Amino acid sequence: MIETNILIIGAGPVGLFTVFEAGLLKLKCHLIDSLPEPGGQLKEIYPKKPIYDIPGYPSILAGELVDNLMEQIKPFNPTFTLGERAESIEKQEDGSFLVTSNKGTVIKANVIAIAAGLGCFEPRKPPLSNITDFEDKGIEYIIKDPSIYKDKKVVIAGGGDSALDWTIILADIAKEVTLVHRRESFRGALDSVEKVVELDKQGKVKLITNAQVVGLEGADQLERVLIKHKELGDISKEVDHFIPLFGLSPKLGPIANWGLNVTKNAIEVDTLDYSTNIPGIYAIGDINTYEGKLKLILCGFHEGTLMVQSAFKYIYPDKKLSFKYTTVTGIDGLQ
Amino acid sequence: MEGMINVKVTDREGQVHELEAPTDMNMNMMEVCKSYELPVEGTCGGMALCASCHMYILSDHTLDPPSEDEEDMLDQAFFVEDNSRLGCQIKITEDLEGLEVQLAQVE
Repeated sequence: MIETNILIIGAGPVGLFTVFEAGLLKLKCHLIDSLPEPGGQLKEIYPKKPIYDIPGYPSILAGELVDNLMEQIKPFNPTFTLGERAESIEKQEDGSFLVTSNKGTVIKANVIAIAAGLGCFEPRKPPLSNITDFEDKGIEYIIKDPSIYKDKKVVIAGGGDSALDWTIILADIAKEVTLVHRRESFRGALDSVEKVVELDKQGKVKLITNAQVVGLEGADQLERVLIKHKELGDISKEVDHFIPLFGLSPKLGPIANWGLNVTKNAIEVDTLDYSTNIPGIYAIGDINTYEGKLKLILCGFHEGTLMVQSAFKYIYPDKKLSFKYTTVTGIDGLQ
Repeated sequence: MEGMINVKVTDREGQVHELEAPTDMNMNMMEVCKSYELPVEGTCGGMALCASCHMYILSDHTLDPPSEDEEDMLDQAFFVEDNSRLGCQIKITEDLEGLEVQLAQVE
């Protein structure tokens, strides 16, 4: 079991900077994030975009800001659980918390800081009315084990790298692979596009462009997908598997069931210390809401800074906390 | 009113909302919808990096054609039609007086 003072849920910029402010108070942090690397939206959505409103930086690329934050918090030795989603929480009698991830990792923490941004990134699901009926009955959003497609008829939808890459990989495994994409050009890597076009020419995969999957049919298992083609109209295709690959989008997820006061997918907090309605659980950054809230990295940094002061008092109610400037004391790292 | 245009937004339940949008605030359709608390996520904040403000243009206004970035992002949307656009890429200008859009279905 992992033990820490503050478990930060979400390793985006606000979660990362909170490690620094906690470290100044000698509080240890562990971070959990559903993405495989730290950085949150900045790494996942816009790593190459310049940000202009970080104080002291006239302009900085989102990815660089994350790299800098990682450098800045290094002395405090934060630990990470990446690629896992915080699933359930249990408050202990001593006021601490046990958080369990979707992969069974258990983390014990004195305090929880939810810095989950817009939530955890999950595969985007097509808004087809009966799609949930076929989940794990022919529809997968993530390919975990390619061997299950052996000798099966597979339809993949999407135009990005994952759609192209899996089309190429499954061409050798599945009985039949069809890639459906809404237009003729792809946003994925050029050599992957060329490879898929070549495989289509060789008859090893079937490429259907200017088309979208608009319907699903089957009794218990998925049996057919309906494809709407711009010129050819509706096509009904027999399938064993349909794999929609439309990227990731953030969802509030299991946190919504933790008993926190939530309005419009955001957690209500007291702006005194960004505490939630559950003592010991805080919410900082884009995930929280209060009157006058602005979803800015800048504001999240401020929220994390005030929050750790309150967290310190929650963990050590009898200890005195003296405020120090880094210019006076420098950085005293943690082991 | 000067500096304001009228736009109509049909939500996912089919209800039509008549909105006023300022032309001098450098706003886009995603932001206009959000400011009226219509259910448009605008996850990426308007960088054409998500597809959460996918909408259909119903009126016959001539808009600037979508950029390659916008087309790429529309790949992550569903039920994309010839009149599909990302709201965040539609800048509010006087030319758009009377614009009518419909919000696309989301997951």
